[in-house]
Amino acid sequence: MEELELKNLYDNFRDSETIKAYAKIIAQDAKKLEKPINIMEVCGGHTHTIMKYGLPQLLPKNINFIHGPGCPVCIMPKERIDHAYVLSMQENVILVTLGDMIKIPGSNGSLQDARAKGADVRFVYSPMECIKIAEENPEKTVIFFAIGFETTTPMTAVLVQEVINRKLKNILFHINHVTVPEVMVELIDSRDVHVDSYNNQIDAFLGPSHVSVIAGSKIYDKFPKDYARPVVVTGFEPVDAMQGISMIIKQFIEKRCELEIQYKRVVSTEGNLKAQNLINTYFEKMSLFRWRGIGNVPNSGLKLRNIYAQYDAEKVYKDVLPISEIEDHKLCICGDILRGMAKPQECTIFGTACKPTKPVGSCMVSSEGACAAYYKYGNLTFSTSA
Amino acid sequence: MCLSIPSKVVKISDDQTMCTVDTMGVQRNANLMMMEDGDVCLGDYVLLHIGFVMNKIDEEEALSSIDTYKEILEHMNNEERQRAILEDDECESRGQKYAEEIKR
Repeated sequence: MEELELKNLYDNFRDSETIKAYAKIIAQDAKKLEKPINIMEVCGGHTHTIMKYGLPQLLPKNINFIHGPGCPVCIMPKERIDHAYVLSMQENVILVTLGDMIKIPGSNGSLQDARAKGADVRFVYSPMECIKIAEENPEKTVIFFAIGFETTTPMTAVLVQEVINRKLKNILFHINHVTVPEVMVELIDSRDVHVDSYNNQIDAFLGPSHVSVIAGSKIYDKFPKDYARPVVVTGFEPVDAMQGISMIIKQFIEKRCELEIQYKRVVSTEGNLKAQNLINTYFEKMSLFRWRGIGNVPNSGLKLRNIYAQYDAEKVYKDVLPISEIEDHKLCICGDILRGMAKPQECTIFGTACKPTKPVGSCMVSSEGACAAYYKYGNLTFSTSA
Repeated sequence: MCLSIPSKVVKISDDQTMCTVDTMGVQRNANLMMMEDGDVCLGDYVLLHIGFVMNKIDEEEALSSIDTYKEILEHMNNEERQRAILEDDECESRGQKYAEEIKR
């Protein structure tokens, strides 16, 4: 092929013949593996691709997936969803967030419920829409409830920059941005009572696609070096995923442990430096962020730098925001699923008391969560009696 | 959440802060403030995420991947053809059956 067309970027990376060809290569290579391997796909986008295209059915039995915590909505602890709910209920507040947050239930209900009760909650495609909303409503305070990993953080940073440059006084931020490498470390290096079993579960990582576009593959350097876990940064299309899996298996049979990039058409070692500068200008690390289903992960959350405290809704509305931590339902096993200790269908409430329409646990709340993906694409049958 | 859409740049604003992209026939505006000035040009393929261009797509790398996939498919097709020929050669009763058919 000499010239690239837009449709090639879709069709060629979803081509069923190429997927089958990789399935054959993987089947041949997997026979040479000394032991079964567990690959964690860190990102919810990969979980979605793996389940949507039925990739586990195409792979030999000694290749197992562990579905990781890379869905920013799923890992949001309930107390922070409660923050959004409480903020939306404040007088003269317009709460703005991305569409993914609509149905996520907190302890008082979801933002959709808040809207039904009269709160002004708006779901936007892009954070920049906040500027128009703020300009059209000068008597109100617009609070942007920001969510997402490294992929989405720089877009919030651009909005902060614009609010400062345009001297807008009626936009505040509730920041829930989190970073990926810290939670990967947490998952392979847990020092709690389960340490032995946890430590041995994840053999390799399928590295996130678009987190890496922004942050660069360099953020995973330590995993092959310090933790002996290969990482292959892989694209979201099914052919990308199969090629990434094949590259991981080749590392095992060739006894290599390296950081490789499958998704070279957009990921570089250094990443998008302008985006990284924007993040560093406006945000700094929080000492702890509590991940739903996983617990406290050191240095994994971001907050506005202190010099921008006047824009921080968590500080401005400190007196009304709940501070207590809210645990998940005791029957929920999302923590075990995120750590690779269990599969969704092993949960007693999966598909019965816990469904995408009425999620109990974090992995069911968004289409990128492991349980929601199994529910939608897993071809599983459910009991209707519960 | 972190999904993004490959698109083609069809227009760039004079101040280079915005562009118009085509995504398989649908046109929409995208913010360029995450990209260095002059980095994105007309005709470039880019990744779009929540209203922003987050990076350019390297055409050479994309073409190289597509070429790799074609080579793999060709190689597999060849292998299958060879296997079919070998299986056919090893078929003991083939000559006999053919002779019987001719007789009829």
